[in-house]
Amino acid sequence: MLQGWVVVATSFAYLGLLFAIAYYADRRADAGRSLIANPYIYSLSLAVYATAWTFYGSVGRAASDGVGFLPIYIGPTLMIALWWVVMRKILRISKDNRITSLADFIASRYGKSALLGGVVTVIAVIGIVPYISLQLKAVSNSFTIVLQYPAIVMPAKVGAVPMLQDTALWVALSLALFTILFGTRHLYSAERHEGMVAAIAFESLVKLLAFVAVGVFVTFGIYDGFGDVFARAAADPELRPLLTPLEGVAGGYASWVWLTILSMLAILFLPRQFQVTVIENVREEHLKKAIWLFPLYMLAINVFVLPIAFGGRLHFPGGVVDADTFVLSIPMAERQELLALLVFIGGLSAATGMVIVETIALSTMVCNDLLMPVLLRLKSLRLNDRADLTGLLLGIRRGAILLIVLLGYLYFRLAGDAYALVSIGLISFAAVAQFAPVVLGGIFWKGGTRRGALAALVAGFAIWFYTLLLPALARSGWLPIGLLEQGPFGIALLRPLQLFGLAGLDQITHAMLWSMIANLGAYVMVSLSGTQSAEEHRQASVFVDVFRRSPEGGGARFWRGTASATDLHHLLARFLGAAAADAAFRDHAKRKGLSWPTQPLTADADFVHHVETQLAGAIGASSARIMVASAVKEEALTLEEVRRIVDEASQVVMYSHQLEQKSRELEAASSELRAANERLKELDRLKDDFLSTVTHELRTPLTSIRSFGEILARDPKVDLAQRRRFLGIIAKETGRLTRLIDQVLDLAKIESGRTDWTETAVDLREVIGDSVAAMSQVLQEKKVRVEVHLPEQITPVRVDLDRIFQVLLNLLSNAVKFCNPQDRRIEVTLAERDGWLRVEVCDNGSGVRPADEKSIFDKFVQAGDTLTDKPQGSGLGLYICRHIVEHHGGRIWVQRAPAGGACFAFTLPIERGAPIHQP
Amino acid sequence: MHGFEKKGQRMIALCMLGCVLFNFPILALFNVPGLLFGVPVLYAYIFITWALLIALMARVAEKRD
Amino acid sequence: MTKKVLIVDDEQNIVTALEYLLGQSGYQVEVAQNGEEALAVVDSFAPDLVLLDVMMPRVNGYEVCRRLRERPEWRHVKIVMLSAKGREVEVSKGISLGADLYVVKPFSNTELVAQIDALLAGA
Repeated sequence: MLQGWVVVATSFAYLGLLFAIAYYADRRADAGRSLIANPYIYSLSLAVYATAWTFYGSVGRAASDGVGFLPIYIGPTLMIALWWVVMRKILRISKDNRITSLADFIASRYGKSALLGGVVTVIAVIGIVPYISLQLKAVSNSFTIVLQYPAIVMPAKVGAVPMLQDTALWVALSLALFTILFGTRHLYSAERHEGMVAAIAFESLVKLLAFVAVGVFVTFGIYDGFGDVFARAAADPELRPLLTPLEGVAGGYASWVWLTILSMLAILFLPRQFQVTVIENVREEHLKKAIWLFPLYMLAINVFVLPIAFGGRLHFPGGVVDADTFVLSIPMAERQELLALLVFIGGLSAATGMVIVETIALSTMVCNDLLMPVLLRLKSLRLNDRADLTGLLLGIRRGAILLIVLLGYLYFRLAGDAYALVSIGLISFAAVAQFAPVVLGGIFWKGGTRRGALAALVAGFAIWFYTLLLPALARSGWLPIGLLEQGPFGIALLRPLQLFGLAGLDQITHAMLWSMIANLGAYVMVSLSGTQSAEEHRQASVFVDVFRRSPEGGGARFWRGTASATDLHHLLARFLGAAAADAAFRDHAKRKGLSWPTQPLTADADFVHHVETQLAGAIGASSARIMVASAVKEEALTLEEVRRIVDEASQVVMYSHQLEQKSRELEAASSELRAANERLKELDRLKDDFLSTVTHELRTPLTSIRSFGEILARDPKVDLAQRRRFLGIIAKETGRLTRLIDQVLDLAKIESGRTDWTETAVDLREVIGDSVAAMSQVLQEKKVRVEVHLPEQITPVRVDLDRIFQVLLNLLSNAVKFCNPQDRRIEVTLAERDGWLRVEVCDNGSGVRPADEKSIFDKFVQAGDTLTDKPQGSGLGLYICRHIVEHHGGRIWVQRAPAGGACFAFTLPIERGAPIHQP
Repeated sequence: MHGFEKKGQRMIALCMLGCVLFNFPILALFNVPGLLFGVPVLYAYIFITWALLIALMARVAEKRD
Repeated sequence: MTKKVLIVDDEQNIVTALEYLLGQSGYQVEVAQNGEEALAVVDSFAPDLVLLDVMMPRVNGYEVCRRLRERPEWRHVKIVMLSAKGREVEVSKGISLGADLYVVKPFSNTELVAQIDALLAGA
């Protein structure tokens, strides 16, 4: 049943299924119900690490080296233990800085250097090409083998078939097409590919299932369990050395150690691993599960490698069958068609998964870090003017995918036969390991510079190229083999495989040793011998101190902000008071060599920091951060950044709003307090003035009384007429005293609210007449002419007669005091209108200053300046009048009389509770 | 923050432990002929140690701060 | 030669009392109702002593005192300030402006006259 069309149809059906899964996951993601937002899918997607190399190559390696395949999985396990320290940091940095790829990460760390990003991209693409060729080789070989069923025939040498009949070419083209359909259907926001991740996770399940199925079949179907396989191997003299392999194989322990280190680095820096672990990560917490689930997956897929390897060696003695194909050839030899098909699909899974993720990651780099920076700088393209670059970006990415896969095919045609699967893969591992110093150094050491990073990458990559890629091409016959044996130009010291005469190591160990010395050496030396630009310096601290910054993680963004010095001063004054804010400003100005406030301060980052520090002393560092952030306007936030701030920092924003509101409330409360305090002070001052005034008013009549009292008592010579006059003065001044005391008592009653009101129906015409009559003596003395205008009809009004009488007397005596001394005239008018009675008492004096018109009715207030104008009275009369009138529901005010004097008027409602209409 | 530090430290310790266990000379102690549960001693050692290491990592990773 | 005293006060009743009192004590007395009037009278009347009320409309007692002390020919004139305001600040303000005596109302007739006698006798 394993005819060609069945295999091809099954393959395409499988790819179709993957496509469906990806499509479904994308739909779910668009609907906001992410399929991949859980740690299990995340862990399975990380297993994209297991490629055709693992699926076919591990058995091949084990068949010749024994445990030699294991460091590739133990290394990552050890590195993953460090993930909690290393990967969490990389994740946080990447999320904070919106990193889109490994190249972006490195470029961003070293001052957003486009050159560095380009170099990383070139290294990654060239380094990964052998790895992709490995997948093509594995898939095309397995396809070729399966088609020969039931015969077991090894594929022909590469190049023996014309290119167009080469299976690998068609595999390559199909994979490229599939990846393009898959990964670049549209531009994903945030560079995340949910559909791809879901499909990859599914593929991880398929390849594990297929491999375990073969393992179980070989171990328990063909043989009788692990013990049986190993016992037979131990009995075979050819296989016996593989049971204690570490002494026999090339390099021994050194090789083991280097492979472990290499794969520790590969798990971090392979572009596809960076893609699934960092870029596609949904939540940082998923690391917790991935830290043990992913190693567990690697353990599981390796359990049956040795039984299959030994089983294969026992099954196909003599080495006629390539050990790299055992996984497929054993089921075929045993006529297990379905199992063979499953294995083929498993291998396809492993290869496609790798190619898809790797090429998507690389195409992102090629697009974002290599081509776009160049294209955007080419002014002739006018890309900056184009609003929508989506089409261009997609085109570049699709082209890049096709190019990378074809490069893989080219490498396969050139050098595919010279090495086994694992050896090909290790060349790629060694290439990406060159990223280790600049990335790990970059996140833990602030001193690394852009030039140091460039030097490190170039030096490391050059050595890698010379000691690993060149020999591969030479062995395949594309370069003279003499290059390896005699060295270039016959210089033995420069032989690529024994550089500087270093012999006795296996190829990978040799290459890693030299490239790492060059790489690390250049990184440290060049970094230490140069200086960083401001941008590099800032990015270095953003990366290294990522956990030290506040939770919203906006440090870098934050310093790009601008603020006005006024806002900052306002902010400081709100928490520290204006004086301390002034002091802080002067302090800062002094350090800048300016003199504030005559010279304005610019609110630069340094100043903002200064303000934040000041504020932190008062309200704590985190609150200070929030407050400053709210005063600082941020520059050019992209839509993405805004979305992220809203998502991640909505909590912070809420707190900041609450804090701001609280501070506003505090501010309001404190200004109320200040106002209250001012009023108290004002009252205190008024009281002081009042006491002084009352004292004066009491002492003045007392002076006359005492003086005349003493004269009358001691001087017998005073004649009778004079005695009478003096006694009269005493009597008058006593009356004045009495009035004052009455007023003070009235005031006391008003203040305490214990005034008694006895209301009767009153005809106001009578009250006015009585009050004028009561004043008649004073009026006559001062020769005041009084005109009284009363209406013929008037409605009686219910009032407290004595109090209204008191009001009238007060207004009249005021009028007498203030009227024109040369021609004293007073007019009193009563009128009734719209349910209101209105009384006016006008004099012909100098009037009341407009500024005093309101305050004159306040307690203790006297018209005019107390020192230049002698006050007349205690300042209580009008206050008492106002109180009385308002108690009756009326209003009292002063206006300028037509003749120029003061006109005091008050109204009384005829019926209490009458409309509030005021004439 | 203290909890995170502790978790990080424990993870680093596990990594170092793994580096020692999967390295010369410890590996050499098990690189001897013979079978353990029917499996060559070295293979048995590596897989058992590996599994234990993963179990410890799971424990530390899942432990609440 | 009889000494001359100028009484400056706007309270008519107090003026009356002082006029009688000082007249009985043998002084030649002149009256001014306010500060302006006082400054106008000083030249023609040439008093030996001015009895000066502080609280007066327009030009108050302090101002009169200051202006009198500005003129060299009036430096010798004794000034006694009379005020119903007896707080310390007010007393010291009067003295610092050049008054010879600050008397708080109400005063004792005998004491006031004795003090005026003493001031003029020393001159």
